[in-house]
Parts: sequence; structure tokens; C-alpha cells
Amino acid sequence: MADGVGVVETETAVVFDGDRPLVLDSGAALARVEVAYETYGELAAAGDNAIFVCHALSGDAHAAGFHPGADRPGWWDNMIGPGRPLDTDRYFVICANVLGGCKGTTGPATADPATGRPYGLGFPLLAVRDLVTVHRALLERLGVGRLLAAIGGSLGGMQALQWALDHPGDLGGALVIAASGRLSAQNIAFSAVAREAIMRDPDFAGGDYYGRDRRPDAGLALARMIGHITYLSEESMRAKFGRRIQDAPEPRYGFDVDFEVESYLHYQGQSFVERFDANTYLYLSRTMDYFDPFADPVAVQRQVAAGDTRYLVLSFNSDWRYSTDHAREIAAELRLAGAPVTFREISAPHGHDSFLMPNPDYHRTVAAFVDRLASEA
Amino acid sequence: MRPDLDVVAAMVGEGERVLDLGCGDGVLLEHLIRHRGCSGHGVERDADRFHECIARGVPVTQGELEAELDRTAAGAFDCAVLSLTLQATRHPDRVLEGMRRVAPRRVVSLPNFGHWRLRADLAGRGRMPVTRILPHTWYESPNIHLCTLADFEDLVAQIGMRIARRTLLDELGRASRGLARVRPNLLAVGAVYLLEG
Repeated sequence: MADGVGVVETETAVVFDGDRPLVLDSGAALARVEVAYETYGELAAAGDNAIFVCHALSGDAHAAGFHPGADRPGWWDNMIGPGRPLDTDRYFVICANVLGGCKGTTGPATADPATGRPYGLGFPLLAVRDLVTVHRALLERLGVGRLLAAIGGSLGGMQALQWALDHPGDLGGALVIAASGRLSAQNIAFSAVAREAIMRDPDFAGGDYYGRDRRPDAGLALARMIGHITYLSEESMRAKFGRRIQDAPEPRYGFDVDFEVESYLHYQGQSFVERFDANTYLYLSRTMDYFDPFADPVAVQRQVAAGDTRYLVLSFNSDWRYSTDHAREIAAELRLAGAPVTFREISAPHGHDSFLMPNPDYHRTVAAFVDRLASEA
Repeated sequence: MRPDLDVVAAMVGEGERVLDLGCGDGVLLEHLIRHRGCSGHGVERDADRFHECIARGVPVTQGELEAELDRTAAGAFDCAVLSLTLQATRHPDRVLEGMRRVAPRRVVSLPNFGHWRLRADLAGRGRMPVTRILPHTWYESPNIHLCTLADFEDLVAQIGMRIARRTLLDELGRASRGLARVRPNLLAVGAVYLLEG
């Protein structure tokens, strides 16, 4: 268990270009799409052991192992590796930065081939379906056919779900974790405020800030702080910070950072700014707002009937961003359409972020489900 | 598979959509899915048994039977199964009503508390009986609503359901071939009912 996948590097592949542009769900097109990805383990000769990991809003292709010289592993290292639920001694695991991302895959910060300048807000709006289209193009490039499974938490779960519905036959299983099939008004409201924070930053410059000295760092940090509050539970914040004062026994009484929780949020905001692009935040959060895979029940029924994907839907009891009600709704919609769905609410204290945490009970369920898929492959 | 589950399986139609409430390790659903062309869904509270269902490839929800039944859409299944579990529910009458809401056909099996050996234990020894089908001591038993076959059939009539089929069970849980049918409430160890209406 101690040893993960070791040192890894992110690779890139151009999956759409020239005479083969990417045509999006909206009808808009992207002339060139490059994808950053990582793989762990070996693809079996029969090609039947591949698992695609879909990342959430702030994730990237670096899901497991260590980049050269890094002291922190990839974002889902506790899930991926020898002996871990996504066991790299058995499975070939792929993770790619999503379309619209800012960690190596084509997104708003990429130069538009038509102008030579970054797209900014000229980048087309994306649907979850488009993210999946690019994942599939990468798999084609890697020579991977049917997947044993697609798995993801939050936006990652939405991708796994959309993938299973849109492409019957692609997936043996879809593991949809801490996700929503339809954001609530409250979810959209939080996203809206986070986007407002970015767009009202004077340095946002209509999204065209790439060549400038200043970026909308304050807005992006604020967006992250808002988001982060919704990712934690009241219980986990109480346990982690309580009402403790940062670096002092007594309150300082003022408007500067005083409580530990404030200091923590500032740190989260600041470190996010150093690794993330504000426009990607806008695009991906908007993609989640519009996500509505069950809008047409007749179509869903047809999609489910055409495939044989097994679903595992998981939620966490302390997650109030996408509460268990969201997961139950996904499970109910799928079941109504005739799909085989296994559902479990897991007891975990870390709120929405629980899907990233090493929790034996949670890992047991993921491992058992994937193990069963492998035995049927 | 346990013999009584064979009897239950025989009452489930070919290719039906089956809800198994308190599905345990999923062995009945696995059988129905694999050999009878059914699609199935289980509800199981216990984490170990929930994971056994996963290992068998049986779709399952981990949760409380009564709450999950309430959440199930009306008419979502062709057949709802409740095997040797009714006596452990908080509101057996409501569970039966809920099963009617979600499925036109229901298969319910139960131990018969009117069986002569249980009566003898109680009347003769003055002790709560412990048997193969009711293996728990009174203080650790999950069975909070035990009844006789006659009691159960009264309830079925009272809520307006029809007994379409009934198979009596012997001590090993097999379909009883003996004298039980003469006086079921005294001689049958248990029974499996197919309820309609």
C-alpha cells in the first residue's frame, strides 16, 4: 500500500486538427484540440482492462504518482496504484485534463489558430458531452476500445454518466460519485456568485487578460474560497478550525484575517490562483450548470436499452454541495430507464471533498464494483 | 440456494422486473437474473451482504427496507419479493401496502408462529421457541412482528389482497409434501405466498 505508481509525467496528444476539427454539441467548432493525459499500469493484450478517470472542476491529468521532484502526489493517488481500488497491477488507468481546462488541454488560455491569440471568452461554451468526445478521441489515439469503466467525482461523475448514456457499448461500468444529474437552484446560485467574483474583478478585462501584467487573481481566489466552503461540511470545518485564532491566543479584533478558518480560505484562494485559470473556472462551472442528461426520458430509455453499462452511484452523507438527494435522483432516473444501478450513501465527514479522501469503507465499494466488472470482462 | 428461495423463485415470472426487499447476499436475484431472464434490484441494510451483492453482479441499494420502499416509484416493478423478512419490519401492513404500490405481484414468505412445535414450546415449557427458521433468542431477535399463517391471511384479506398461490414449507424450508395442507396453521413451518390485487 505504501508504494504508489511512482514517478510519472504528463503527456500530450493532438486529437483534433486540420481536416478533422472538433464539432461541439452547440454546433461550434474547434480547429485544433490538444489533450494532456497520464496513464498508469499496462493495457492488457485483450485491451479489456482500461479505466478512464474523469476529473472534477479543479483537477487535472495528474491523478496519481509523483511528478519528478514533486513532494505531493496526484489528486487521486489514494485511489490509484498497486493494491489500491483502481489497482494498477490489474488495470490500465487513464486520466486526461478536460476540454476547456488549463493544465495542458486546449482551453480558453490556448491560442486560437485563426488569430494566434488566446481564445479568452471567444472560446465556445462547452457541454459535458463535449468533454467526453475529447476523452474518446484520446482513447482512439491510444488504441483503447471498450472501457472496463469510467469513474469520477463531481464534474468527473457527470462525465462518466454522460459517457455511459451517449455511447452505449463504450463502458462496462460507470462509477458516478458525489455528482448531480441536475444542479439545484442553490448549486447554480453558488456557481453564479463565484463567477461574478471573477468577472467583476477589474483585472478580468472581459476575459482577455492573458498578455497583461495583472490577472483577475482576487476574483479567482474569491471564487475558490466560496467554492471551498461548499466542498466542506460544517462538521469538518468545526473539527478542523473551530473558532481558533490564527497564530495568537487572543482575538486581534479587526477586519483582517483573525480566525484560523479565514487564514485557511485565504491560503486556498491564493494557492488556487497560482495553478488555475479564471476563464477555465467560468467555462467549467457553466458546463455544470447546464448539465441535464435526463431532460428527455424517452431518449434516456433508448440510450440505456442500447447499452449494457452497470452503474455505481455513490454519495456522502456530509456532502451538501451535491447531497445524497442528487445521487438518489440519478439512481432513480437510471433505474426508471431500465439500467442496473447500485447505490450507496457513504458515511464520511469531509463534505463534498469526501470523494477525494482515503476512506476504507468507500474504497471497499469502489474496489468491489470494479472487481466485479473485471470478472465479467 | 436455500430451499425456501427455490419456492420463492418458482413464483416469480419469467423476465419480470423484480424488487427484492432485504435481499441479503443477493443469491435469489442472481438466480432470477441469470436463469430466469429477470432484471432485478435488491435492498440490503448490512454492509457485508451489500458487498456480496456487488460481487455477484446484483444491482442493490444499501438502505433501510421501509425507507427504500417509500422512495420506489409506483409500478416500477412487476414483482416485489419479501422473503422471511416481514416479521422483522416495523409496520408489516404498511410494507405490504407499499409492495402493492410498486408491483402488481408480490411474493412474501414467512415463518409460521402457529406451528405445533412452537405452540408446544410456549404452552409446555413456557419458553419462547428457538428453531431452525426462528433461530434467535427473544432478546436478540430482529423478529418483532411474528404471526401465524392464519394471522397473516387475515391481514391480507383485510387490506384487500388476493392469495393467488400458497406453498407450505417444511422444516428444511422445502415445499411441504406431507400432511401440512390438512391443517396448515398447525402443521406448516412456514409458507410462501403469491399476492395479487
